[in-house]
Amino acid sequence: MNAYAGRRFRNNLMMGLSILASVVGLFFLLAILITLLYKGFAAITPQMFTASTPPPGQDGGLINAIFGSVVMTVAAVVVATPIGILAGTYLAEYSRGHWLGEVAKFINDILLSAPSIIIGLFVYTILVVPFGHFSAWSGAAALGLIALPVINRTTQDMLGLVPNALREAAAALGTPRWKTMLTVIYRAARSGILTGVLLAIARVTGETAPLLFTALNNQFFSWDMSQPMANLPVVIFQFATSPYDDWQRLAWGGALLITVAILILNVVARWVAGARSSL
Amino acid sequence: MAATAVAGDASAIARAKARNAVLQDRAFHLLTLACAVLVVVLLLAVMVSLIVGAWPALQTFGIGFLGSSSWNPPKELFGALPPIYGTIVTSIIAMVIGIPVSFGIAIFLTELCPTVLRRPIGIAIELLAGIPSIIYGLWGFFFLAPFLQKTIQPALINSLGKIPGLGLLFGGPAYGIGLLTAGIILAIMVLPFITSITRDVFSTVPTLLRESAYGMGMTTWEVSRSIVIPYTRVGLVGGVMLGLGRALGETMAVTFVIGNSHKIVASILAPATTISATIANEFTEATGDIYTSSLIALGLILFIITFAVLAVAKWLLVHTAVK
Repeated sequence: MNAYAGRRFRNNLMMGLSILASVVGLFFLLAILITLLYKGFAAITPQMFTASTPPPGQDGGLINAIFGSVVMTVAAVVVATPIGILAGTYLAEYSRGHWLGEVAKFINDILLSAPSIIIGLFVYTILVVPFGHFSAWSGAAALGLIALPVINRTTQDMLGLVPNALREAAAALGTPRWKTMLTVIYRAARSGILTGVLLAIARVTGETAPLLFTALNNQFFSWDMSQPMANLPVVIFQFATSPYDDWQRLAWGGALLITVAILILNVVARWVAGARSSL
Repeated sequence: MAATAVAGDASAIARAKARNAVLQDRAFHLLTLACAVLVVVLLLAVMVSLIVGAWPALQTFGIGFLGSSSWNPPKELFGALPPIYGTIVTSIIAMVIGIPVSFGIAIFLTELCPTVLRRPIGIAIELLAGIPSIIYGLWGFFFLAPFLQKTIQPALINSLGKIPGLGLLFGGPAYGIGLLTAGIILAIMVLPFITSITRDVFSTVPTLLRESAYGMGMTTWEVSRSIVIPYTRVGLVGGVMLGLGRALGETMAVTFVIGNSHKIVASILAPATTISATIANEFTEATGDIYTSSLIALGLILFIITFAVLAVAKWLLVHTAVK
């Protein structure tokens, strides 16, 4: 009986610790979200969406940074999506067991979690140094390099879920393989691939490190992709570490915008993926 | 005669069509192959560009670059030891805090949590994994650092700091920012990653095995310790390594709270720097080729470390999936 009491005590202790771990972990994560909501909402004004980033001590907004982030993200995803889907297609459909496919899968997974600052350094050396100045194009390239492995990986996973019977049925009808891919397989995996693209957008939206020395920042509203362009993450970083209250306030507002955008993208991605599985 | 000619025409058309289809198939195959190879080429290109960029610094300082702790831009003397030290120490702190807490959450989610709550909490944790690191940094800078400076750090200095030997780790004034704060922020950041992988790995344990153990009269803790964790050992190490890879390379969360000081101090309460924080803070301001090149050399070191860690993690996780 004594041994049992000891075991029960140890069990209760460890389970108590595990519950404590969950409470502490969730507490910190919630604390971050609540602070963000509290400080962020206080900072959001209509002006944030109409004015550009101000000099210290003046009123201003974040429209140039919001615009820059959107433009660079769109450019990155537009280029990375087809490449990522095609690469994923090769790895899921064509390479089956070939060593090249295994190597490419492995390397893609490494790139997926490689430090983004390294990507920034890479783009700096190939796109910033040769042209002699920072530019929104190089920022978009860095973001594209981060989006590419995400799209590649989800495409592989999603094509793997398409039943082989579909490929066989198409082949039995005499359909060439490329046509099967485009008209049957991609269509079957459509929502899964879309999920991957949405997750990739969510991933690059908050990336800061690779933009620090590619797109840099710009105090003004700019359309010119060959010049430095403001973007939300870098503005948040610079404004938050500045000593000015109004800059810090804008940083919190920007942080809230980014987080809300990312959470919405994630929820939509889940919803799209879920809609598929219920069909 | 006319009929055979038509038939001949038809078969010629069919043959041409088939030839076309073969060509198109080959073209599509090559196109996808090119895109897949592009990914491999990109990684090689990253490596080559880092080596080329780091070359001047490596040539100037040689292997001593790794062991030197000087960081003197005006004199163009650079050493990688303080950033490497900071990177490793912050990651160790993050893992020491993050691993038990993530395992605790995963055990809670798989063994204890009421089924109704399992999905919402699981989804919440996965959503939190998507929050960008700059948000964690911002919070650490404005809330965690001042909080630690006022409460935890003085307490540590006055208690553990008095113990001879161990006290060295907790000496000095309470700065707020520094190795410990950066480690804690990293721990909070990797928490969702490690938790969601751990939970996935735990769920690979066959129900039969788990139920047999409960049937033998084991307690929940005994099942976790003697059945679930041994069964999933390899995958758990893989998940932890994946979290470690994130922590080592994390830039923004650390840059806010590390203090950017190129001095190696025994106290974990003191400001320090990490590889990624050094690059983020100094790259755009770096003047002179050797300065820039030294920063790229730091990037190369980080790349090699994280590549090794991620490769091991990946290998271990694949190993579990096969089992």
